[in-house]
Amino acid sequence: MTTAAKNGVTAPKLIIEGLSKQYGAVTALEPIYLTVPTGEFLTLLGPSGSGKTTLLQMICGLAEPSSGRILIDGRDQTQTPVHQRDIGLVFQHYALFPHLTVAENIEFPLRMRALSATEIKQRVKNVLTMVQLDHLAARFPRELSGGQQQRVALARSFVYQPSIILMDEPLGALDKKLREHMQIEIKQLHRETGATIIYVTHDQEEALALSDRICLMNLARIEQLGSPHEIYARPATAFAADFIGISNIFRGQVDTSNGEARISTPHGKFRLPTGASLSGTEAAIVIRPEQISLGGDKENTVVGRVIDAVYAGSETRLIVDLDEGETVIVRLPPGHPAPAYGERAALGWNPDAAVLVP
Amino acid sequence: MTAITAPAVPLRQRLLRPNALWLAAPGIAFLAVFFLYPVLRLLALSVQDPASGALSVATYARIANTDVYLQVLGITFKIAGNTALFSVLLGYPLAYWLAELKAGLRERMVLLVMVPFWTSYLVKTFAWMVVLGRTGVINSMLTGSGLASEPLPLAYNEFGVMVGMVHAMVPLAVLTMLPVMIGIDRRLIQAAQVLGAAPAQSFWLVYFKLSLPGVTAGGLLVFISSLGFFIVPALLGGRRETMLAQLIITQVQELLNWAFAGALAAMMLVAALVTCWVYDRLFGLSSLSGDTSAQGGGTGRLRLLGLVILRAVAKASAVLSDAARRVIGVRGARRLLPIYCTLALVYLVLPTLLVIPIGFTSSQFLEFPPPGYSLQWFETYFSSPVWLSATLRSFGVAAATAICATLIGGLAALALARSDTRWGGLIFATFLAPLIVPRIIIAVGLFYLFAQIGLVATDLGLVIGHTVLALPFTFVTITAILKNYDWRLDQAAAVLGANRLRTLLLITVPLVKGGLVAAFLFAFITSFDELTIAIFISGGIKTTLPKQMWDDMILQLNPTLAAVSVVVFVIVTVLLLVAERFRRTT
Repeated sequence: MTTAAKNGVTAPKLIIEGLSKQYGAVTALEPIYLTVPTGEFLTLLGPSGSGKTTLLQMICGLAEPSSGRILIDGRDQTQTPVHQRDIGLVFQHYALFPHLTVAENIEFPLRMRALSATEIKQRVKNVLTMVQLDHLAARFPRELSGGQQQRVALARSFVYQPSIILMDEPLGALDKKLREHMQIEIKQLHRETGATIIYVTHDQEEALALSDRICLMNLARIEQLGSPHEIYARPATAFAADFIGISNIFRGQVDTSNGEARISTPHGKFRLPTGASLSGTEAAIVIRPEQISLGGDKENTVVGRVIDAVYAGSETRLIVDLDEGETVIVRLPPGHPAPAYGERAALGWNPDAAVLVP
Repeated sequence: MTAITAPAVPLRQRLLRPNALWLAAPGIAFLAVFFLYPVLRLLALSVQDPASGALSVATYARIANTDVYLQVLGITFKIAGNTALFSVLLGYPLAYWLAELKAGLRERMVLLVMVPFWTSYLVKTFAWMVVLGRTGVINSMLTGSGLASEPLPLAYNEFGVMVGMVHAMVPLAVLTMLPVMIGIDRRLIQAAQVLGAAPAQSFWLVYFKLSLPGVTAGGLLVFISSLGFFIVPALLGGRRETMLAQLIITQVQELLNWAFAGALAAMMLVAALVTCWVYDRLFGLSSLSGDTSAQGGGTGRLRLLGLVILRAVAKASAVLSDAARRVIGVRGARRLLPIYCTLALVYLVLPTLLVIPIGFTSSQFLEFPPPGYSLQWFETYFSSPVWLSATLRSFGVAAATAICATLIGGLAALALARSDTRWGGLIFATFLAPLIVPRIIIAVGLFYLFAQIGLVATDLGLVIGHTVLALPFTFVTITAILKNYDWRLDQAAAVLGANRLRTLLLITVPLVKGGLVAAFLFAFITSFDELTIAIFISGGIKTTLPKQMWDDMILQLNPTLAAVSVVVFVIVTVLLLVAERFRRTT
């Protein structure tokens, strides 16, 4: 699945061992462990304050860890100063040097590495071609559009082929259309260069679209680590289910007394997916909107009133208020007849389509 | 959430690692040796018996028992107080008008205040001597047109001193009030009017109230600066307008009475500090820097009393302005402010400009208008070895001062910008202190120190003294520039492989270059027309341009002085305009 696996290279590029960060009494990051194989596109995804930016800053050396080690290509780099760490970083607002032209901005890291003039020229030319900005080499950053500035920032961090490229919400300042376009370009750059990329975002759609693996973070911890499909299909926690994609979550008590595992919720007793097990009794089941069908299921059915039907082109989203006071979202395939506002509807799902989470 | 926060580092590393705060060390050491120490030493001298060195209050007893000294003290406070009052009164409408202008136009109009602010006090005072003298511009116009049969006594009395002092200080008052007024949210005034307040009421109850921190800060700065003034009272006043600083100069230069000079300086310093302290209690010193965020408006009864007074004033002026509008019409009323401001700007700019034609006079006397024009006085100036060497020395000293002050002040500003230390406020105050302590005190203190280590009458001594005075300007200018600097660019450079020094040289310095040039030029101007320290430190043939002007102005006014004034005025104005241009483009 990962680029690394495809290339047959499996050596870990980055190993993080027990890295943590305290700001006084505030814990910005609990000790975490993470291994990133060479060539992987890993996304740090999470809400504000989840610790993803702190982690990013410690990897590139802009913040100092309170404990733990950072190994890049097997070498301990925890104490290496920023400028010797050989890491690329694309800043949220690009941080292009306003007094330098596009070409000079891109040359900067090469000059710092004292490359020969011909080598610098060649590399700048290549990378400018790669991001399709050859014609703008002599411009100043302020003369460029947001998307062009973004490309310069990308070129500047790719040109010196750093061991890892970090990106801190690089598309945050762009509008939706441009953002989607740049996502494709970043993905292409990743494929062409084989670079190891760690990408920070709070946008779950972006994470799903780009990543080999997603590292979902919450409350200064790693919530779940896995491929986009794994996290979507088998969320490890209610938070993961809620943060990635749309989820219907029913909380309740697990009851295994009658030989068959069931969960009793305010909306009724539901059968659990086969093989699901849990240590405690407090739990929740997660059902994705596309797994719910109108008309009910013979075992798991809830009843409510339709309060809205949102037409979104490729699908219709049905919003149903349950009688016990919770909202369920149902995704109907195109062309499927949708009940009208105020109508009552029975909703059901196959027990094996649900996921049990703590 | 992705804001890049400063790293918190374990204590062990924090102490060992090179901290940005160390960059302030040279400046702090410099000020400790050449500012704090000399000033404190001077104060200590005042309570020492000159012969035995034992603790003694004899000098203070002598001051208390001598009417003349008490009178001088009273005069000093009176003149300083009146100057502060009139500067704020005359400056307030001007600052208000400037604040209302569109930003682009305002920047240009403010230059009309900046130029007189930076114009040498000597040139300004010389101009007033020419304008107000017995045979001066005004008197010759009055007697020539027959309006007055004999010249009016405009100079060498309290009137002359007040005209000169207020003229010298209005720019400071305006430039202090202006940032506060610009910061006032115009929508509040609109809100007040929508809620039913007449224009006069919305002005007094909202705008004026919000501009008060600027008013009091302006008053404070003018008062403190005026306390140590001697140029204007010495040249435009009579015997009865002798101020404290003149007394100190006499004690040091003619009588070499250090203890007594120290006691007089101590009284001046205490007066300045008490004023600051009272101000801090009432308004908070932070409002000096235009920070109006902490506005509580005082406590309880005082605040209520203030509001009651304001309401009364608002009501009265609403009635007055209604009446005025009926008499001169709405359009006439609307023109009052621009008319006033034009007059105020003429008052600020015109006297200095009058000196220019006089510099080109063909007459042997300071007549206005000149009977004819010639370059003879410039020839006299440029062929005089005394004037030329003084000019060259001033240039050299100013250049050296500007380099030192920009370097030391720049490093300190960088230190403060890059470290979130809790000592920040104290360091800031330390670098601003030479602006608050009257110059005469610094000058006398340095004179005493330099006499002991052989720096009197040396260029090095001058450079050191001028650097002390210029540091606040460079420090503040560079701090302001760095405040708007995007430090992520430095982080970007570091990530891309640049070490701290290369980041500083390749990224930070090029981007704040304009601010550095501006700071350099401000320091240059400060040194170029500095007189107080020069009076003491540049002895004998090693004189500077302002010192040479001062000596000539005390002895005899002559047209050469006008030519010199023109040169000084042009140089300072050009440098100022260049500095402003650089400061704004950063």
